[in-house]
Amino acid sequence: MITPVWLLLKREMRQSVRRWSDLISPLVFFVLVSSLFPLAISPAADVLRQVGPGVLWVAALLSMLLSMNRLFRDDFEDGSLEQLVLAPQPLVLLVLGKVLAHWLQMVLPLLLLTPAVAIAYDLPGEATRVLLLSLLLGTPALSLLGGITAALTVGLRQGAGVLAILLLPLSIPVLIFGSRATDLAVEGMDTTGPLMLLGAISLLSASLAPFGIAAALRVSLD
Amino acid sequence: MSEPSPHTIGLSASSLLLFRGERCLLNGLALHVAPGQGLVLRGPNGTGKTTLLRVLCGLTLPEEGDVHWNGMAIREQRNEWQRALGWSGHKAGLKSELTVRENLAFAAALSGRSSGEIPAELGLAECLDLPTRVLSAGQQRRSSLARVLLGNSLIWVLDEPYTNLDTQGQGYLNACLDTHLAAGGIAVIASHGNAHSALGMTEKTLLNGVLQ
Repeated sequence: MITPVWLLLKREMRQSVRRWSDLISPLVFFVLVSSLFPLAISPAADVLRQVGPGVLWVAALLSMLLSMNRLFRDDFEDGSLEQLVLAPQPLVLLVLGKVLAHWLQMVLPLLLLTPAVAIAYDLPGEATRVLLLSLLLGTPALSLLGGITAALTVGLRQGAGVLAILLLPLSIPVLIFGSRATDLAVEGMDTTGPLMLLGAISLLSASLAPFGIAAALRVSLD
Repeated sequence: MSEPSPHTIGLSASSLLLFRGERCLLNGLALHVAPGQGLVLRGPNGTGKTTLLRVLCGLTLPEEGDVHWNGMAIREQRNEWQRALGWSGHKAGLKSELTVRENLAFAAALSGRSSGEIPAELGLAECLDLPTRVLSAGQQRRSSLARVLLGNSLIWVLDEPYTNLDTQGQGYLNACLDTHLAAGGIAVIASHGNAHSALGMTEKTLLNGVLQ
């Protein structure tokens, strides 16, 4: 059962290490968007501390959206998606490998940048830790939900716009619990509840979304 | 769907119906290819040859009718069907940054076999370790076909396999087809060229949604 996931993961990693420039722009976008807010709103530390969690979560969501469009598009255009769909392996596991690779390439670097960006919002150490934890727990759900919408829109010419319209409403629960957890940490309160809910959403997505992605890909190739 | 008749062995399709917009691409089309036989699809551009091949593979669902393999609809035996099928479409299906060798190894692993030797007749010896984006169109076609030719699929479905191939490449493809059919395999090919194997290949023309 692990082999198809591993096969895809290995191929994706190899392909994107050799095209690393594709990985850079969502990260630059994340850093730029989140450093624009302190410039535009107010340099007052208590205001920034209040908007920081929400802004960082939205910036992370938007930068993931930026990379989501490419998730299946290259495979669709070069024909390797047909090969995956017709391969004698469970498509559900193949797409799980694909989404996992995307998460490792897009989200892990973003997590590494987050502590540096959080300095601009004067977030206390404990809040930064919770922010990282909430991103770690919440972004898998975003990757998986994004996978469904990317699979549905892969055959469309205006795919990127439709993808945003489909994905953003779906990501609202993750956004709420993620920024709320960090908010609570800023106020020095207990954050277990929202963090556990984030983890639950991600687990639920991980067990159901691959089936949705596989079905959506079959429809898109029809 | 298990009526005992000689038509249950091999690849068959009955009363396939498919519309694209207003156009009827497949209009009650039926076909049967027995083991050891090959079918060459002819027909002017835009008559739906590629669509028919995609329906046969199971990539496109027809509005009506079914594709059967050994007497059972392919959508009811997806695992067995996909293990038996080798598909090479007009898109190469190669990852541009990976080398030919890596692409072929991935394809082999995907179909659960170890990647064996790559024969010299394939004409890829010099570019095995180059990323496929730098290959010529003919070399890309060869790499794409190699996935099917070196595999052990029972059923080959090839869309315009002769495109961009030089004379040697066409000859090699024909030789592979001969061996494949002689071993009891099935091949369905859409092709304009007149180069194709003489052994057990029937030619049919797709016109107005039926084979003639």
